[in-house]
Parts: sequence; C-alpha cells; structure tokens
Amino acid sequence: MDIKKVTSVVKKKKADFPESLIHEIAEASERHNLKVKELESLVDEIKKAYERAGVENGEAVGTVAAQSVGEPGTQMTMRTFHYAGVAELNVTLGLPRLIEIVDARKKISTPTMAIYFEEGYGNDEEFVRKIANQIGKIVLNDILKDFHVNYAEMNMSVEIDEEKVEDKRLELDVILAKIEKAFKRVEINNNLLSFEPTISESKHAIRELRLLADKVRDLQISGVKNIGKVVISKEELEWVIHTEGSNLGAVLKMEGVDKTRTTTNDIHEIEKVLGIEAARNAIIHEAQSTMEEQGLTVDVRHIMLVADMMTSDGSVKSIGRHGISGEKASVLARASFEETGKHLLRASIRGEIDHLTGIIENIIIGQPIPLGTGSVGVIMKSRD
Amino acid sequence: MQGILKKISQINFGLLSPENIRKMSVTKIVTPDTYDEDGYPIEAGLMDPRLGVIDPGLRCRSCGSKGGDCQGHFGHINLARPVIHVGFADTIHKILRSTCSSCGRVLLTESEIIDYKDKLDAKYKNEESITALIKEIYTVARRDKCPHCDEEQEEVKIDKPVSIVEGNYKLTSSEVRERLEKIEEDDYILIGINPVVAKPEWMVLTVLPVPPVTVRPSITLETGERSEDDLTHKLVDILRINQRLKENMEAGAPQLIVEDLWELLQYHVTTYFDNEASGVPPARHRSGRPLKTLAQRLKGKEGRFRSNLSGKRVNFSARTVISPDPNISINEVGVPEMIAREVTVPVYVTDWNIEDMRKHIENGPKIHPGANYVIRPDDRKIRVYEETKDSILEKLEPGYVVERHLMDGDIVLFNRQPSLHRMSMMAHEVKVLPYKTFRLNLCVCPPYNADFDGDEMNMHVFQTEESRAEAKSLMRVQEHILSPRFGGPIIGGIHDHISGAYLLTREGSVFEEDHVLQMLKKARLPLPKRKNEGWTGKEVFSLLLPDDLNMVYRAEICRKCDECLRQDCKNDAYVVIEDGQLKTGAIDEKAYGAFSGKILDSIVKDYGTDKAREFLDSATKLAISGIMKRGFTTSTADEEIPREAKDRIEELLSMAELKVEQLIDAYHNDELEALPGRSLRETLEMKIMQVLGEARDKSGEIAESYFGMDNHAVIMALTGARGSMLNLTQIAACVGQQSVRGGRIERGYSKRTLPHFKEGELGAKASGFVHSSYKKGLDPLEFFFHAMGGREGLVDTAIRTAQSGYMQRRLVNALQDLSVQPDGTVRDNRGIVIQSKYGEDGVDPAKSDYGKVADIDRMIEEMRIKSKAAK
Repeated sequence: MDIKKVTSVVKKKKADFPESLIHEIAEASERHNLKVKELESLVDEIKKAYERAGVENGEAVGTVAAQSVGEPGTQMTMRTFHYAGVAELNVTLGLPRLIEIVDARKKISTPTMAIYFEEGYGNDEEFVRKIANQIGKIVLNDILKDFHVNYAEMNMSVEIDEEKVEDKRLELDVILAKIEKAFKRVEINNNLLSFEPTISESKHAIRELRLLADKVRDLQISGVKNIGKVVISKEELEWVIHTEGSNLGAVLKMEGVDKTRTTTNDIHEIEKVLGIEAARNAIIHEAQSTMEEQGLTVDVRHIMLVADMMTSDGSVKSIGRHGISGEKASVLARASFEETGKHLLRASIRGEIDHLTGIIENIIIGQPIPLGTGSVGVIMKSRD
Repeated sequence: MQGILKKISQINFGLLSPENIRKMSVTKIVTPDTYDEDGYPIEAGLMDPRLGVIDPGLRCRSCGSKGGDCQGHFGHINLARPVIHVGFADTIHKILRSTCSSCGRVLLTESEIIDYKDKLDAKYKNEESITALIKEIYTVARRDKCPHCDEEQEEVKIDKPVSIVEGNYKLTSSEVRERLEKIEEDDYILIGINPVVAKPEWMVLTVLPVPPVTVRPSITLETGERSEDDLTHKLVDILRINQRLKENMEAGAPQLIVEDLWELLQYHVTTYFDNEASGVPPARHRSGRPLKTLAQRLKGKEGRFRSNLSGKRVNFSARTVISPDPNISINEVGVPEMIAREVTVPVYVTDWNIEDMRKHIENGPKIHPGANYVIRPDDRKIRVYEETKDSILEKLEPGYVVERHLMDGDIVLFNRQPSLHRMSMMAHEVKVLPYKTFRLNLCVCPPYNADFDGDEMNMHVFQTEESRAEAKSLMRVQEHILSPRFGGPIIGGIHDHISGAYLLTREGSVFEEDHVLQMLKKARLPLPKRKNEGWTGKEVFSLLLPDDLNMVYRAEICRKCDECLRQDCKNDAYVVIEDGQLKTGAIDEKAYGAFSGKILDSIVKDYGTDKAREFLDSATKLAISGIMKRGFTTSTADEEIPREAKDRIEELLSMAELKVEQLIDAYHNDELEALPGRSLRETLEMKIMQVLGEARDKSGEIAESYFGMDNHAVIMALTGARGSMLNLTQIAACVGQQSVRGGRIERGYSKRTLPHFKEGELGAKASGFVHSSYKKGLDPLEFFFHAMGGREGLVDTAIRTAQSGYMQRRLVNALQDLSVQPDGTVRDNRGIVIQSKYGEDGVDPAKSDYGKVADIDRMIEEMRIKSKAAK
C-alpha cells in the first residue's frame, strides 16, 4: 500500500499525523497486507494512541531533554576507542565525544570522513583506489625504493619505486614535476634522483644535508588539505573511503563522490559547507550514534531539542557560558550560572532590566516557576 | 500566614550615584573603631546603632523596628580622594581609549555615530544583547586622531588591576574621573552606558556605601571575645587609610606621601570589592587566610547565587540511612517513628476533623500520632507541651491549624542525590515503621540508583494542599515507571525478583497445591479455587496477569540460536502469553526487570499505572516467596569445573601464548605484514590482542559448556538477575588481558613492565595477560597488572563523574527555560521558537512506546484477533 493511499485515509479520518508516522503506517500495512477497511480502523486506533501520547502544554521539555542526555553520561567510558567502522582509524567516542559535540568545538580531536560514491563508481575498486590516493596524504617517502645520504660527497641519491607509484595510482611525471618545483638543486634521471643541499659557508654542511633529507622525504606529492591517512573498505558491496582529518568542501567537488551520503564528523565544517539545517542533523546524528555505540538508548526527541537549541539562531552555538547560557536575556540567570561578577557589573552600567520570565530568576526571588502547573493562571471576570 | 501575594514583575539594574549613596545613608562613618571599652558601639563607627540591629529585643535607631525585622540601613564613607572601582577598571580603560582626551567625544565620525546609534536603538527595542556591538565600537573608536577636534590621541593602556596609563604618564583617579566627566551624555550609549541609570564618572568612587551590620554580623565567641566579619575588617582598613590620607593632605604633606597613601586606599577599596582581582595580592586575615569580600560572597558554587538563592535549606525535611523492605508497595516509603514525630503536616481544623485533631493534641508531641504546634487564627504559633495540652484543647475550634505528626498515607517527597533526572525525586506514601531507617521497596532502587551499603536519602513533607495534590498526580512513583529518556520501564524487578520468577516459572517446576497456596498467601494475593492437583509455576504466575493480555517475545535467557524453535525452545526462552495465561517461556529480566521489562511495559501502557503498580508489587512478592520456597544460594562451588576442563583451558592458553611468541618472532624478523595505515608495532599489538582475546573467549566457552541451568550463579547470569557469563568465566577459567589506556600494559619499569622481564619483552605474560582464574588465584605478577588495570578504572570513574556532572549542569542551564506552548511549539522564555512542533511530531517520549507513537505491528495483530473473534 503506498503512501498516497495512507495519506488519503488519514485525511478522511481527519487525523493530523506527522509524515514519519504516515510512512510507518504505510510500511506496516505493506508488511501485513492490510485491506482498505483494516487500514481505516488501524488509522482510527492510531489516532487515539497519537492523541494519548501527545505532549502536554507547559511541559518542561528542555529540562527533561537535558537530564535525558546528561544522566547517561555517568555510565559512559572515558577512553578514546579504536575503530568506528574501520579498525585502522582512531575515533573519539564516549563521554569526551559527547562533550565535544555539546561544546561545539571548532577543532575536534579526531575529525574523520566517510566518503561514498555514486552508483557505477562505488563498485569500481580501481576508481575508488585512485580517488583515495588523490585524497590521502602521500609523501615522497611512501614511494621510495632506496634512499641514500652520502656524507662524503655531500649529496643524496634517491630511487623512486615505480611499482609503488603504480600501486598508488600516481603518475611519475607529475611527481617529478613537483619535485623539480620544490627543490632547486636536484638532478632527475628517470626514477633516479640526486639532491644536493645549498651550501653556504656560514652553516653547518652536515646539518643542512640532514635537514634536506627530511625535507625530501616529507615532500607531499598527493592529497587534499587537512586530510591525512585514508583507509578503503568494502561495506555491503560497495567501496567506501574513511579518512583521518576532514575537508568536506574539497571532497564533495571530486568526481564520482556521492554528495548525499558522504559525510564528516566535524559539525562546523558541515555548517560551513552545507548550512545550518545540515549542521543540526549532524549534531543529532553524532550525538545519537555516540550514545548508541555505548549501548545507551536516548529518545531522538531529546537530542533534537538540544540540537535545535544549539542552532536556533542560524549559527552553531555551544552549550555553556560562551554560547547559549552567556546570551540569556536575564541578568540573574547569567549571573547564577558562571562569571557572576561580570554579568552584574555589566548589567548595572547598561541599565539592564530583568523581566523574570525564566526559571532560575523566579526561584531566586521565591516565586512559582512558569513551567508545568505553574505556567497557567486564572483570569477572573470582573463583575460590573 | 496570609497576606497579599505580590508578584515581582521586573528588576532594574543601575549604578549608584554619589548623591544616591549619600541620600540612602543614615550616617557618615569616620571612626575606624567598632566598639568602645564598655562594649558599646561607637557613634559614627562601623557598628553605629543607626545601621540596624541584630540582637532581638533592641530597637533600631533608624526605623524603630525590632531586631530581626529591621533589614538594616546603609551608611557612607566620604573618600578623601576618588578611587576606581575594580569591577569597572576594564570598562573605564576601554571608554578612555574610545574617547578624545581633550574634547571628550567618542572617536567616531558623525556618520558612524548615527549609524551605530540606529543599530543600538534597534537592539534596545528588541531587548537583544548589545555586547557584540559595543565591542565593535570599542575597536572602531581606537583612533590616533579625534575626528571632532583633530587632537592627536596618545595610547591609553591599562596596568592591571586599576592603573590607567596614557603614553608614559599614569593618570590619577581624579584625572580619570575628570576625563569621564567630560564625555557628553549623547555619547554615553555608544560606549555602552545607559544614560538613564548611569554616568561614566560614577565608576570612579568618591563616596563608598557602608553595608548595614545585618550584612556583616559580628560573632561573639565562647570566650566572650568578639570576632568581626571580613567585610568589617576591610572597612576598618579603608577608614584608617582614608583618615590618614585626609590628615596628610590637610597638613600639606609632600606629594609623594599623599600619592602612596592614595594608592594604599585604592588597594583597600579594590580588595574590599574583589579579593581575587588579578594583579593584586589578596588581603589576608591575621591567620593568613584570604578575606572573603564582596565578590567572593556572590561567586561560585558556595556563593550567594548558587548556594543560597538557587538552592535553599528547608524545614520539614529529614535524612537518614535507607534499607530495603520487600513488603511495602513501590508507592510507599517506610518512615521511622522518630522522624514522623518531628516533621509535621499542617491541618486546618474543621467541624469534621476536630475530634481527630483533639486526639492528636491529647497525644502531645511525644506519642506518635500526636501534634507539635497549633496555630491560632490570629497567626500565633503555640507549641504543644504536656502542660499546655489542656488549655489548647479547650480553645481548639475550626479555624485553627494543627501541625500534626506524619501519619500513614501522607504524601512526601523522597530524594537521593545526585538528582540526575526527574525520577530522583518522587512522591511516596508514608508508612510509619519502627527503627531508624527509611525503608523502600527494592523496585525503586534503579531510578534513585540506590543501594543499601550506607546510602542516605532525604524526605520532604508537603505543607500545602495544592502541593500534595500535584505531587500525588504527577510525582507518585507509579507515574514514573516509564522513563522519559527512552519510553520504557525504569522501575522494575531486580536481583532475586528475577531469579525467583525464573525458578518459579521455568519448565518442569511443579508445586503441590498446599505449597502454592502458602506462596500466594505469603505474597498477599487472593487465593484461587483449589483444583486438587499440582500447579505448574507458569499457572501460578498467570494469576498475576490481566485476563486479556496477549504477547509473544524472546526472554533474556534466549541463546540466539541460528534457527529458532519458537514454542519448542529447549531453553524455554520463547514466551507466549495468551489471554493472560503464560503458555510457554520462563519469566526473567525481559518480563518485568527494570530497563527491559516487556510485560511490565505493556501493562503500564495498556492498563494504566494503577494496574502496573499492583502487578509489580504482587509479582515481586510472589517471586520472593517462590525463591524462599525453593532456597537459593551461591558460592565458589558454582564456578567449579572438572579437571579435564582445566586441562583443556590450560592447553588452549599455552597454545595462544605460543602463537603470541610466533607473532613476536615474526615481528623481529621483519616477516610481519603491516595492516593498511598502521605501523608494524601497532599491527603486532593488534594481532596479539586479538589472539589473546580469542583465547580468553574460548577458555570461557569451555568453562561454560560445563555450566548448566541447575547452577545458581549461571541462573543469575543468564536470567539477567546479577552478574554476567563473563564474570563467571573469569572466576572459573581465565581472567584475560589487563589493559591500561586501551592497550596492553607497556610501561612501569625501564624498557619493560617489571624488572622480572627482559628489556623490550613483548610476550603475553610481560604485558599483563592474566592466565589464571580468580578462583585459582593470581600469581604476584598477574596480581600487580590486575591492580594496574583496576586503578585505571577507579581513576576513570572519578574523572567521569566530574566531567559528566559539569556537562549536565550546562545542559540543564541552557535548556531549562524551554516549554511546550499551547500552540504546540517549543519556546524559550523570550518567546523565541526553538521547535515548531515538539520533537517534530509532538509525541511525549515518556508516553510513547520506545519512542514510537504505538507498536503498529501489535496493533494490527490485535485488531485481526478481535475481528476474528467477532466473526
């Protein structure tokens, strides 16, 4: 049974279902081969259940969300664990990762990308390997056969391993051009290279030679900025690239890369490249998978609320004094969180007015809080 | 007790002007002394009686009210020379930097001024923060030349904490004040000062308000010695220097001396406001302890805001050790009589309860259902004593309030710290019991995260009818069986409840009818009709289930076989309940355990919380009486495995150790192939870890194969009551690799873990593989490595609690103002929409089915069954 049919039944029954629920009903009716009549009575039942399960007005959803995300924190591990997807990459997990997400850190400790490919490319191992080598950082040292520093003649001879070059799907010409551009005193003879340091009398010659040797070995010949190691793995019949380091903007521009599935765990980068809605989804996804990986179940709605709060004004704000809590309207709320003196002094010269609409302000002055049963009042009609 | 409740609608912040300070002052303070020889406060001293009274009985010289009622009055000190307020030093610096040194105007061009004023007006109108904009102005207005009078500007620097330096010349506070006075009022707004409430020159003090004595009470020690508050000490210092400065100035002392004294005055005023300001040595008490001055009183966790305003100490509360009581309901709490006599409930006397209340008063404060106080209609509170009982009884009439002892059935709030979620504070019904501990049902341990190794809990008694009503309908334990975190039960059976139910309901457990009736009686269940034959445990348990309950699920004991035999499961793990009859499957954690109880979950959702409470109460009692009928114990004998098993494990482990040696040899001979993206060393580590991990698992499997369901430890592990199979195999077979920082143990001694090994040794034993079992015992080396791993675990936990606590505080602080509005949106207190529909579908996770609106598949099945039945 398709979604249209379900939608029409739902409409007929005057039920205001969210899209996700309609999809669920459609899937379930497909599974059970529901007849139209059955579907109708099912929608009736679900309508009742939906009304029963609705949130009540005035419910303190924020506090509940914060508690639901925070409480499992005590049960999480602290360690940075290996493998998230691939055994070869280290990814921060557990409590440190969760803190990183709510902090909206600019520089996360282990940025990583999962690069997927469009249909037709994903099964092509050769193509994926080529792309992987374009993305991953390769230095000259990775493709050397022989490296010899000759202190007597003050030069070094280098032999490039053509097999390795081929294995990494690189072009020797391109590499040689790069080498020529980077070093002045170099002789190139096919795959045999000879470097000489620029020797001036004031410097120590041997030291120069050694420095040059390091420089030669560390010359980057391929790769995207900010990305280090790459790992290729097969996931359900298609090849996927996982990276250490992240550069979503550059990777999305590459040929064959699936723009809809390729992702990074760097929320700020997603915000920059794909916008705030994507950043919100990234926060939800990252927080949810961090929790799940630890075997903790937290309802998405709680995480959604945290993510929505962090992104509500169009930019990713952190949870804490530099973000949401520092921008609250109430002086008392800010003062009672952190940096008490700063906020009070600033309020005094700015002539700030606290309208006492928040929770903490009302607790401070000893009034009922405007939440739940405290959010309703009685208005009496005056008898005139 | 009654009165007009006024609602505070707003609080305005502003700066005190010198005139205001003088106007609100009741006296000028000049003498740096507090009391004279006779112990009387000195006039115009810091303890001047006009500043208010503390001792009850005395009357205030300023307002005439008695001590306790008088909240105190400010005095003032005229400073001989102006002094900069530390808190504003930074602001003053920024203002001076952004204004002209000769004409006093802001260093912005006319067009910029208009532009910024417009922007600021807009922000003020929308009540947005202007901090970012002011910051921008401060940077833009850092010009070398004044756009208004073309005067060259010298650079103004700040020398922490309060010195303002222009070029190379240090401005005196008077000069700073003059500069600030020069700024035109029109420009105030541009430099972040609201002209309605403040003037920039007020940030340089010429007169200092002296807080009333109620703010800085002196304490009389047992020796009769008076000990003054830190603030008083500081004020004494200020007065003393102020006096000397004044005298020196009047005597025409040399400039140098005056400046020194002036600086000293500045120091004292600075530390009076903030004794932790950067760049100033903190002022100390004679004992060397830094003084707690104004900023310190407000700041931080122990400051006024967090410990006295956001959280307050309360009356009508009690705290004691908790202990378990399986006989009370989950809704109840056992309260020691001693506490019940102390905390009270106010009851309004009416014609209908006056007789009851009389009895309470007759009992007095010492006999349990008694009363401690009576409040007369004129609001006078009278303590009930043995002697006064009769006179109170005589006058008692409707309109009085009796503060009677806590009694059975009263609603109280029960709490265990840390209060991490809302289930940490729930409403219970009181049950007054003997002895001195709070008693609670074992099912409520998971939400409170309580155990009985000495935990203490708090109880609060509600004082108004509204709060009781609210608590009863919203906070009662039974309303919190489902956790809002994931929409499943968080209250449920634990430990013996689980193993008890399993022993009762597993295949082949049959009881004589007499025994069944005994069990049911013990569990306080209604007795069924005799049927004169043996009962299976499943039949007994079915008595608790609602008659129309239907469900099918796989129990915790399910071994996840490749092919499920469903009803014919050998382990009795396929649970089928038809019309409230348990047909197949054993009851275990998946049935009614906390966090995963499926039967419990569906009873709460389909039959309501009352039914769920009844089910939980009787199911746990039945399980306990079941387990007591049969007997249940465990010892190390449960982890005993035969000789041949030990031999097999031994062989397996030595094989693994050999394999590790081979890997290490391969590594040394460069024969090892590196995994992609890993170094050789890392590859070796990973491979060794893998080999040893497998060896441990296999040894566990060998041990497991000798364990059967007649083994109590195994029953506990498999039903989910307590412990895990891993625990058991570690005791019986092999403990396995110890880890520090996620890897094998590497460091400790020079180039090896312990001096017993060769340098650089990489073998299993040398890196913390514990080959023995706990039962056999660890050798000294293994013990040491085990302790290393154990220590890391402890450190980890300590750090984690601190980190996650702070994260939770931040989360709660950021999100606490959000609420669902009548239109379905989620908004903060400013009215800003955070979500246009809560959670995108408006479903409350606490009322959902594990996050879903409903279990649609089950709904369809039930519908079909119903329609079949109808036909």
